[in-house]
Amino acid sequence: MLEIINLHANAGDKPILNGISLTVKAGEVHAIMGPNGSGKSTLAQVLAGHPAYQVTDGQVLYQGHDLLDMEPEERAQAGVFLAFQYPVEIPGVSNAYFLRAALNEIRKARGEEEIDPLDFMDLVEEKLKLVEWGPEIMSRAVNAGFSGGEKKRNEILQMAVLEPKLAILDETDSGLDIDALRIVASGVNRLRRPDNATIVVTHYQRLLNYIIPDRVHVLAGGRIVRSGGKELALELEAKGYEWLTEEAVSA
Amino acid sequence: MSPSTESSVESLVNREYQYGFVTEIEADSLPRGLSEETIRLISAKKHEPAWLLEWRLKAYRRWQEMQEPHHWANISYPPIDYQDISYYSAPKTKKPLGSLEEVDPTLLRTYEKLGIPLSEQKLLAGVAVDAIFDSVSVATTFKETLAKSGVIFCAISEAVREHPELVQKYLGSVVPYNDNFFAALNSAVFSDGSFVYVPKGVRCPMELSTYFRINAADTGQFERTLIVADEGATVSYLEGCTAPKRDTNQLHAAVVELVALKGATIKYSTVQNWYAGDSEGKGGIYNFVTKRGKCAGDDSKISWTQVETGSAITWKYPSVILQGDRSVGEFYSVAVVNGRQQADTGTKMIHIGRDTRSTIVSKGISAGHGNNSYRGQVKVLGKATGARNYTQCDSMLIGNRCGAHTFPYIDVQNPTAAVEHEASTSKIGEDQIFYLKQRGLNTENAISMIVNGFCKEVFKELPMEFAVEAQKLLGVSLEGSVG
Repeated sequence: MLEIINLHANAGDKPILNGISLTVKAGEVHAIMGPNGSGKSTLAQVLAGHPAYQVTDGQVLYQGHDLLDMEPEERAQAGVFLAFQYPVEIPGVSNAYFLRAALNEIRKARGEEEIDPLDFMDLVEEKLKLVEWGPEIMSRAVNAGFSGGEKKRNEILQMAVLEPKLAILDETDSGLDIDALRIVASGVNRLRRPDNATIVVTHYQRLLNYIIPDRVHVLAGGRIVRSGGKELALELEAKGYEWLTEEAVSA
Repeated sequence: MSPSTESSVESLVNREYQYGFVTEIEADSLPRGLSEETIRLISAKKHEPAWLLEWRLKAYRRWQEMQEPHHWANISYPPIDYQDISYYSAPKTKKPLGSLEEVDPTLLRTYEKLGIPLSEQKLLAGVAVDAIFDSVSVATTFKETLAKSGVIFCAISEAVREHPELVQKYLGSVVPYNDNFFAALNSAVFSDGSFVYVPKGVRCPMELSTYFRINAADTGQFERTLIVADEGATVSYLEGCTAPKRDTNQLHAAVVELVALKGATIKYSTVQNWYAGDSEGKGGIYNFVTKRGKCAGDDSKISWTQVETGSAITWKYPSVILQGDRSVGEFYSVAVVNGRQQADTGTKMIHIGRDTRSTIVSKGISAGHGNNSYRGQVKVLGKATGARNYTQCDSMLIGNRCGAHTFPYIDVQNPTAAVEHEASTSKIGEDQIFYLKQRGLNTENAISMIVNGFCKEVFKELPMEFAVEAQKLLGVSLEGSVG
């Protein structure tokens, strides 16, 4: 599904990612952990194509295609979805209008017909259950005046409607209370399928109590300093990040 | 902003002007120049009564003593040579028009091309159209249907002949002939425009619409529109405007007067798309317009909605005089500038009666090298006990070379009045665009969606037919973001 090979990226002149290699197969959930400033969110943004970052070296293959050669919207249309750490407000544009426009772009790219508005509402009604929301959220403007938790839930709703092949959750757990965390995590779990993959970027282990990863990678200084199974997350919870970052520096 | 965003913004805002064609038609035009003789000629061509000629001449004499207002508006342009303009141009007709079938097919094709078919079968159901071509009205549709409910909708020159008592009573009653430089000029030389009278208690059964087209070169367009809603009457009126692409600037100095008597409601919507000039600022229309409504009776209401996307310079302040007690004034505006366009637009709300209310929502969008100013006055006079005003004034900047300015004037002489003013300026954000791109929209659609969302509060005030027009103008789908 996704193969990242020796990826280097800068923000302006500042190197942030310093040679990341990672392979994610269909059906897998990978967790990317690490201290603040380790490059986790940058990795998520670079995969989605944020213009603030420049790739200086390396390669990313997505379903065999050169991902870095694609425009952000082409990546989205090909099934790459980023759940934003800070979802953006679009005043005056209803959630329903926005989400239907997005779904239609993706359907068009797949050679499918645009969805009929009534069919769309039926589809949304189904997906709203995943995030335990009523239909009234669809007539509110995209993220405008939403609480932090509502914004994150809205990201999961979008993910549920757009059905990505590769979902990247960028610190989706940050700022969530325990109930919202449960709703978000169970939404993600129910969207897991053998033919899609998820990358969960998080600072804390607690989200991984709900979303059980197949692999855990620890980032420090823009490199993966350790990879392991789900037990690695628990080890980090107990010991913190310092022992790994020190190892990385001395290595 | 990234290069790709920048270029999409450029292409979005620099779309080819679709209405820039010229109609080849023989015209009856006056030579350039302005004098009492010119005014007498215009009046004679229209077979006007003596009182109207006198009124024109009074306006002309006053105009000669007035100074062109240059100092206060945030716009700049080279001096206008008023002797270098032709003040009258009409397509030649063989005989007076009796019905639509007799309209010159060239003209019908012109309106067809503009998307305004004048044959009643093809027209949008529920919209009656008055088509103004240069200085004259060439056709008015659905007149008979309207007449059944007593509504008068015709060219103002026709109203002068057929309903002189109404015209004489209300013409100049809201915008006097000596109101300002351009209004005085208009009063002296106005050639045509629309007239509407809705009798007592009548709700006008269809939307009324005037479509203004400037065609001839070197001609100014000076139309005059007068709408009177008698006691308890309701009317919704729309206007649209386009002009050919020409290298020279053309002057459009219109006057619109609205009179709402007791319990009457007038809704006036404009989608203005005059030629804006090229990207270097060559050519385009000077849109110097005086629009004012008077809520003359108690419990009356006047609502202005405007979408201003065209013209090299837009200079207009649709205003409401809130004279009747509990009367209501509204102003909803979207003004877009791009290229070298300049706009200085806003409103005046003059509260005179008790418990009068006004709402102002202004959305300014600046792109390219455009310069956009909101200028608004809220005045509460001493007797306007309980007056309320709410003003919201938002500006959006696209790119780094444009400007947005806000000039609010608030003058309150009654201690019970409540006046609120909110203003914001935002730059269309890279993060907003990236968010939408990440959901599969291309940059152009992303910008359209953001801009439309920004304008939503105004677009939802437009009648459906015009919401579609506005949508086309911003190059976007409004579906779902309106209403």
